[in-house]
Amino acid sequence: MNSKKISRRNLFKVSAIAGGGLMLKLSLPANALEDSATTLVKSSELNFYVQIASDGQITIYAPNPEMGQGIKTTLPMIIAEEMGANWDDVEVVLAPIDPAKFGLQGSGGSMSVTRNFDAMRRMGASAREMLIGAASELMEVERRDLKAEASQVIHGSGRSMTFGQLASVAAQQPVPVPEQLSFKDPRSYSIIGTSVGSVDNLVIATGLSKFGIDVDVPGMKFASYTRCPRPGGKAVSFNSAEIKALPGVIDAFILQPDSRSGKASMAFLDGLAALQGGVAIVGDDTWSVFAAKAKLKVSWDEREASTDQWSKMASDARAIAVKGGGEVKLAGASVGEALSDSNNRTLEGFYEFPYVAHVCMEPMNCTVDFRKGASGKPDAMEIWLGSQFPNQVKEIAENMLGVKQENVKVHGLRMGGGFGRRAVHDFAAEAMAISHQSGLPVKLTWTRTDDIHNDYFRVGGFENMKGAVSPDGKLAAWDQHYIGFADNGKPVIGSGLRGNELPMVAFDNASIRQTMMPVATACGAWRAPGSNTNAFVEQSFIHELANLAERDHVEFLTELMGSRRWIKEGNISALNTGRAIDVIKLAAEKAGWGRTMPEGTGLGLAFYFCHAAHVAEVAEVSVDAERNFSVKRVTVAVDVGPIINMSGAINQVQGSIVDGLSTMALQEITMQNGRIEQDNFHQYPVMRIASTPEIDVHFIQSDNKPTGLGEPALPPLAPAVTNAIFAATGERIRTMPLSNAGYKLV
Amino acid sequence: MVSLLIVSTAVLVQELQKKGACEHCQPDKSAWVEVMNKYKLTVNGNALEVDVAPDMPLLWVLRDKLKLTGTKFGCGIAQCGACTVHIDGVAVRSCVLPVSAVSGPVTTIEGLAQGDDLHPLQSAWIEHDVPQCGYCQAGQIMSAAALLSNNSQPSDDDIDQALEGNYCRCGTYVRIRKAVHTAASFYNADKRNG
Repeated sequence: MNSKKISRRNLFKVSAIAGGGLMLKLSLPANALEDSATTLVKSSELNFYVQIASDGQITIYAPNPEMGQGIKTTLPMIIAEEMGANWDDVEVVLAPIDPAKFGLQGSGGSMSVTRNFDAMRRMGASAREMLIGAASELMEVERRDLKAEASQVIHGSGRSMTFGQLASVAAQQPVPVPEQLSFKDPRSYSIIGTSVGSVDNLVIATGLSKFGIDVDVPGMKFASYTRCPRPGGKAVSFNSAEIKALPGVIDAFILQPDSRSGKASMAFLDGLAALQGGVAIVGDDTWSVFAAKAKLKVSWDEREASTDQWSKMASDARAIAVKGGGEVKLAGASVGEALSDSNNRTLEGFYEFPYVAHVCMEPMNCTVDFRKGASGKPDAMEIWLGSQFPNQVKEIAENMLGVKQENVKVHGLRMGGGFGRRAVHDFAAEAMAISHQSGLPVKLTWTRTDDIHNDYFRVGGFENMKGAVSPDGKLAAWDQHYIGFADNGKPVIGSGLRGNELPMVAFDNASIRQTMMPVATACGAWRAPGSNTNAFVEQSFIHELANLAERDHVEFLTELMGSRRWIKEGNISALNTGRAIDVIKLAAEKAGWGRTMPEGTGLGLAFYFCHAAHVAEVAEVSVDAERNFSVKRVTVAVDVGPIINMSGAINQVQGSIVDGLSTMALQEITMQNGRIEQDNFHQYPVMRIASTPEIDVHFIQSDNKPTGLGEPALPPLAPAVTNAIFAATGERIRTMPLSNAGYKLV
Repeated sequence: MVSLLIVSTAVLVQELQKKGACEHCQPDKSAWVEVMNKYKLTVNGNALEVDVAPDMPLLWVLRDKLKLTGTKFGCGIAQCGACTVHIDGVAVRSCVLPVSAVSGPVTTIEGLAQGDDLHPLQSAWIEHDVPQCGYCQAGQIMSAAALLSNNSQPSDDDIDQALEGNYCRCGTYVRIRKAVHTAASFYNADKRNG
């Protein structure tokens, strides 16, 4: 484990002088932000360590799992800033999984910065005050004449001592009371707001970074797992003798489904993480167990297997849309009247969007060493995996195999992508069961086909939209019928409307109805759940209505916002119309909105608010007669408050644009009698480099609290592109992926 | 761009040297065997033999047998490029290349740097803060390195063509293009000096 080796070497260096160093431990309450996303996570406390070696090296633990969102760099930057550290003196070490010390160690819902900003500031400020206390003692001067800067404490007279010189005395200082800490004036920031390279860039660029799939444990064997192609099916028998005789195969056996493993990191996914029935193969290397897997002949019990059929779901949804009805979630006073008023202009449109898969570049994998208890010692387990909520796998070990959580050690590794997929640990349950059954330490690796077939998909859905505009060109009625999916009567994550979308939050005469169809296919959190599809429908339909009213889209949209205000005063999870108007106007201005566009090209605008972020995007597209289209440029305006790491923030926005475009243009998962029809990238492509637009990113660094940026720049992209295609061609696309509407991304 | 990042490439390279990272480009010798009828390979300059099935793709020989895990598994059907290595300087997808068909010296991401000197692409990747999750980046860099060895002043189109086989699921393509251009300028400077 080379990257760990590098980090550990320095850590050992620090530990060796621990007696002479500063070891700071603080217990801090989690941010009490009012947001539905806070209920996604179960823990409520944060702890943190900062260590300073006497040679001046500062070690900062990064508490949260890294999946490419940059949080391993971002959170330590906040601490270093408040400490007055020089960033070059900082070594960032991914914290061990230890909730007693580090609290919730989870990444999801774009919440890491939002939840941790104040806590990280307190951590840094405490370290700073202890260093200043030490300097006051050693230099025999007043605290008030001292300041911490560039890894030194400096006295007004110009005398100074380095953090390294102060470390051992600082460690003896009383830990300051969190409520009494003061924070730096943002105008004096030297780290926050700058561009800092990700702390793991060097090991990534040299191939030394260790992901879960790279784990190597002494005595480790390799495993594959094969589930029923129709979810819910169980293995009855298989060609066991033939498989076990294959070269490199050690063992092969059936695992029965086990619902006791059904604990997910997010409460609403509980039950989905249950162990699915299938056939495990253990062998000497990954290739041997993959090759043997391809030769499996399994007899499946499919009596309880999924019969989901995407084509039928789509035709049923169309029938439901025609019939109307549904559960009323919001009822505007005179929607029906406005829609039938002959003075108004009206419009109806049926939108559809498919299931999509996460396809993290690193297929799901997990390494487990189950050790049977003996001579009075209890059963124990060691687990290595990339997970958005690594500590949660302990519950699976206890619930499914009876290994007490205190006897389970978890190692969280860098993730080759998460996007919500690694919030569910079904693959870890499989690896645990395989190690338990075989008595061997095993690394389970999924093939890409396993990874696609066994995903927790972004849910597909349908929305039937009706709207009216008055003779004076104003929105007069909005009627939205969401036709989505529920599992046992409960809408799956991402399906349905929350009622906090535009235009409903700022417009009275709106109705929302919802009809849910049953689904057996597993659904999960996929980058900006719900928002990524609702943005497409709502922001497209607002554009349709603006066109119907013969109004400029920017003008129509900003007029909808009305006066500048919080929708819920002081709640950052509620829309602020003023900030919305500002990002819309900025994106429009930077994109050259209103200019005359050449034939076959167009500009499209969309705005969306989610994850406490206001984001507006303008896409510039060009479309030829054969419906080949390319996105030349996307101009983005974002308000997530102050930016912590400018380079990381731009990277997240650019990545969201590419991800959004890739998904809307190319990707679709379909079910045929329960079976997922897409097996690998040849049937489920990801956008390639040649289609990449120019991406122009602008931040409004408002006095909003700093909030997360892993998700909110994705939702507006799809409607911005389809609105631009409308501008270029006059053709309205109400379906994703665009390949289904005859459009080819080039 | 040089001033963009607080952590400069120079600092990072010094760190790399301090950490003796080049030791990690060596294959794990425990996998070397003395038995006959095995496959002879040269990996990152080291000649060795491996005892594996003839149809085992080079990817799994590198990862599971030689413990060189910088080369990644993504799809197994040569669609995503995460497994890209060089054979005789040419970028190939190691996930579909049987070990029995390997016809020349193999270079992996661990062997791309010359001793302690990073390849210009590796420096540029750090300079431009390219990676997000980082999983695909070894493959991206190996494809780009093969391009630069034949074309030291690539256009955007040249880059798009050379990297067409490499997915980046996180969407870092904008920075990948920029980093390849930056590396090309380092590369040319190196050649003039060398």
